This record gives sequence, structure tokens and C-alpha cells, in this order.
Amino acid sequence: MILKGKVWKFGDNIDTDIIIPARYLAYTDPKVLGSHCMEPLSPDFHQKVAKGDIIVGGSNFGCGSSREHAPIAILALGIPLVIAKSFARIFYRNSFNKGLALLEADIVDKVKEGDVLEIDLSAGRIKGAGIDVVAKPIPSFMIELINEGGLMNYLKKRLETRA
Amino acid sequence: MGMTITEKILAAHAGKSAVEPGEIIDVKLDLALANDITAPLSLEEFDKVGAKGVFDRDKVVLVLDHFTPNKDIISAENCKTIREFAHKYGITNFYEGGACGIEHALLPEEGLVLPGDVVIGADSHTCTYGAVGAFATGVGSTDLTYGMVTGTLWMKVPESIKFVCHGKWQKWATGKDLILHIIGRIGVEGALYSAMEFHGDAILALSMDSRFTMANMAVEAGGKNGIFHVDKKTEEFVSGRAKRPYKVFESDKDAKYREVHDIDVGKMGLQVSLPFLPSNAKDVREVRNTAVDQAVIGSCTNGRLEDLSIAAEILRGHKVAKGVRCIVIPATPKIYREALDRGYFEIFLDAGCIISPPTCGPCLGGHMGVLARGERAISTTNRNFVGRMGHPESEVYLAGAAVAAASAIKGEIVHPEEVL
Repeated sequence: MILKGKVWKFGDNIDTDIIIPARYLAYTDPKVLGSHCMEPLSPDFHQKVAKGDIIVGGSNFGCGSSREHAPIAILALGIPLVIAKSFARIFYRNSFNKGLALLEADIVDKVKEGDVLEIDLSAGRIKGAGIDVVAKPIPSFMIELINEGGLMNYLKKRLETRA
Repeated sequence: MGMTITEKILAAHAGKSAVEPGEIIDVKLDLALANDITAPLSLEEFDKVGAKGVFDRDKVVLVLDHFTPNKDIISAENCKTIREFAHKYGITNFYEGGACGIEHALLPEEGLVLPGDVVIGADSHTCTYGAVGAFATGVGSTDLTYGMVTGTLWMKVPESIKFVCHGKWQKWATGKDLILHIIGRIGVEGALYSAMEFHGDAILALSMDSRFTMANMAVEAGGKNGIFHVDKKTEEFVSGRAKRPYKVFESDKDAKYREVHDIDVGKMGLQVSLPFLPSNAKDVREVRNTAVDQAVIGSCTNGRLEDLSIAAEILRGHKVAKGVRCIVIPATPKIYREALDRGYFEIFLDAGCIISPPTCGPCLGGHMGVLARGERAISTTNRNFVGRMGHPESEVYLAGAAVAAASAIKGEIVHPEEVL
């Protein structure tokens, strides 16, 4: 799968309270969550981004709480992918479970906001704005899970087989 | 090659004699937990996959602790949905109303988490239960759904980091100071994907309450879990609460660790973590001229009896500074009653504190103590991220109960000896 999108840059330790502040956690509607995505750092982020844009961050992206509202909020804005130097572990699992793609690559200092990158997701190759790098491979187990259609599809199949 | 306590617990729950860091395993769960902000998403998935029930109605725990007592209509609706689910599927351990406490103080108190268990919770501070020698880790709502339905979940076996803590504790210092100090030393991703294992004489000297505090904040260093070995104090805590058998595991002498850190607590003063990361830990004496608008003494990190008793000792006979709101939140109904029986409430009320019912409320800027633009709090909670307790331009300084209580009296961040 090839993605092409404009870069929105964020720094290190972008925590889940930034991605979606806790005061909105009573909501489960993706539209509501999306409209508050990144609000503490950029209150009009949801108005600035376009479908297909991508987020590029530094280390420990998604640290903090286990709230799945975080990948849901990002996805609700039409952002299909986050590239970061490293990811916090719960956010990593949650993103895969929700269908938000993540790639581990240290490019945050090499790109500018607004740069356009082209990403071959299955190869993990990131090109554009003068860079051409291959992200750290996604663990093979996670790829199997994606091929199964995600954890919930896997569970659904398992439950159907049992029935 | 020997194994760590984390590896042994995971191996036992995966039906294997041994596991290695990096290995992907399917583990059997002893408990799966969700709360009023993570359960709604989880129950949506539950319905979508067409699940007919939970794997074991005694092993799923639902706690309505975050936005309760219901802060607004949508929170009330969420709680109602969870309540109906709990009743429909006969969930034994459903906590709300006057039976409800902050989940990570409540579950150990109720004897629901025991040594050797594997526990997942849709809350990042689920790692708290490592204090009783369990493997406990936070997950998202979707993983929780999978666990709740099947009683299993895939895990990657983490590498372990050993913290050997020794020396004589300084007056007023607790597990909070040590964990802030450790996070300050290794950074907020210093233990990313790893197990944090605590050892040493200084750990043996710690109360269970302090151990819960330390395990609780393992996630603030990126850790997958924090874990302590079972000793006499653990046995004392667990016996009388446990309603099922449990197994005690311990690390082998030749277990492999990614890193070993040696910490002399005797050299460690009381700690304060400055905005906006828990790793910005400093000795409280280095924090000067920092006025506060609010002091919060509570949360899953520090809302236990040890914390309330320290706060009471410092606040006794003193007044909270004019213009400062000091909010005390006993974490569970049992802690609440015990604090009342011990006379702490009289001390808190005389000092001018607000006593809150058990709730996560202010810690995450939910309710019951939200900060305005430009306001600053000293708080015994676990996160000081941008906007964590309210307005994006407010600030949270993290500390233990002693510094929080002393700072409430002084109106600025101080060491307790400055007010006593």
C-alpha cells in the first residue's frame, strides 16, 4: 500500500493527553474526538489537516494513558500514518488494533512541516523531501495480525468457528 | 539460563517451562479490568464481534472511578451502559457508588490481585499490582475486549531492568520520592517495553502502600510492568484478602537483566517533578519561589493510608494558605473510613482542606479540581503533562504527600521542615 501525504511535525514525548485531552474521554464518537486532537498544542489542528496527511514525531510518541481514543482521534482526521523515532507500547498496540499505521524511523529532524512524503507501507520505505529511508520492520506477528484483518476480526472469526 | 520473576510468571501463564525476552506468547489471564472511560469503547467492540459473554464472570472487573460521581450527562450515560452490561453478564466484581474506589487502590484491597497473577487492565496504571508480585500491565480497550472474551492475550516478553535500592531513608521520604528519582535518572522512555524490577534493603523497608506507588509509576518510565518480590509484608497484606490460591515466583540468581541500577536512597532528598514530564525530578530544596493555587493529595498513586497519615501529621494544627485549594482524596471507601476513624478528617477540615469522595477526578483534569489558565498545582498524582489537570497553560508539579501538604500550608513548594 502506497501512502502520500503532507507532514505535520511534532516533537518528543507527545503524550496521550496532548493527542486527546482526558476531558473528552467520555466521548466515543470519532468525529468529536478528532475535533479535539492535539488541542493543547494546536487548537485548530483538526481544521488545518487534510485527509491523507501524516504525523511525524520524535521519540516516545503516544506515551501516557492507555486511552484508545488517541488513535481514534488521529484516524478521525483522515491521518492514516504516524512516523516517529519510537512509540510508547500501549499506543503502539492500540494503533494497530484501530488500523492506524505506525512506522519507526528517525526523520523528524530531516523533514519540515508541509513536506510531502511517499510511503510504501509494506516495505516501510519513506521517500520525499530529500530523504529515502526504510523504517524499522513491523514485527512479523503484528503483520500476521494485520493480515487477519486486525485483532477484532481475528476474534470474530474465532468466535464464529466456536459457534 | 535463569529467569526473572516477570519471565517466570509469563511462562507459567503461557504453559511453557521457559520464555525469553522478545518472544511472543499467548498468556492466560487471571483478571481483566476496565473503568468508566475505557469500558465504553471496549463494550462497543464486544457488541461488534458478537461476543456472547465474558470468559469468567469472576475475573472481569469493572470500576466506575474516573468521571464519577457522574460529572455530566455523557459520563452518566457511559456508567449506565456499563452497569447494564455488568448486570446482563453477571459480572461479580462491578464497583460503583459507595462501594467504589480508585481501581488501583481498590483491587489489591479487595484481594482481587494476587502474587503470581497475570492482570491486564484498560488503564495504563494497571502496572500498580506488580507491588504484590503479580505481572500487571495496561492495555487499550480493544485488547481488553479480546482478553475479557477469551481469557487470553498475546504479549511480548519484556526485557527486565533491575533497580537495587539501599541506604537509610531520609525523614518524610517514601516510594514516591524514589520512583520520581528513578524516572528522573532513566527518563520517560528509559524502561520502554521493559519490566522494572525493584530490589534491595531500602525496598524491603518500604510499606506496601509505597510499593504500590512505585509500581504504579513504572509506566511513566515507559515500562510494561513494575514488579516487587513477595516478602513478609506482602504475605501480611495478601493473607486475609485472597479468596483463591496464588503462587509466589522469584527471580533466579542468574536471571538476565538489560541494565542494573544501584541507588542509595540515603542520598536522595524529597523529590518534585517539574512540568511537563515526570522525569523532570529535582530535590525539593532546589525548587524555589514556586507558588501554588492547588494541592492534590490522592489518586491511584498516592491516595492510600500512608499518604493520608503523612498529610495529617504535617497539616495538624496548621492552616492551608489563603487562596490555596487543598483537595484530599481518600482512594477507597475503606481508606476513607479508616482516615475518618483515625481523626484525620478533623485535622484536614480544621486546616481548611476539601475532602473529596474517592475519584480519579482532578488527576486527569476530569472534574473535582480542574485548573484554570495560569494556575499551578502541587500534586501527588502521576502525570504533569501539558494540560493534564486542566487548561493547557496550567502546570502540575508532582511530589509525595509530605511535600504536597507542606506546600499547601506555605502556599509555595517547600520541604516539610519549612512549615513544622
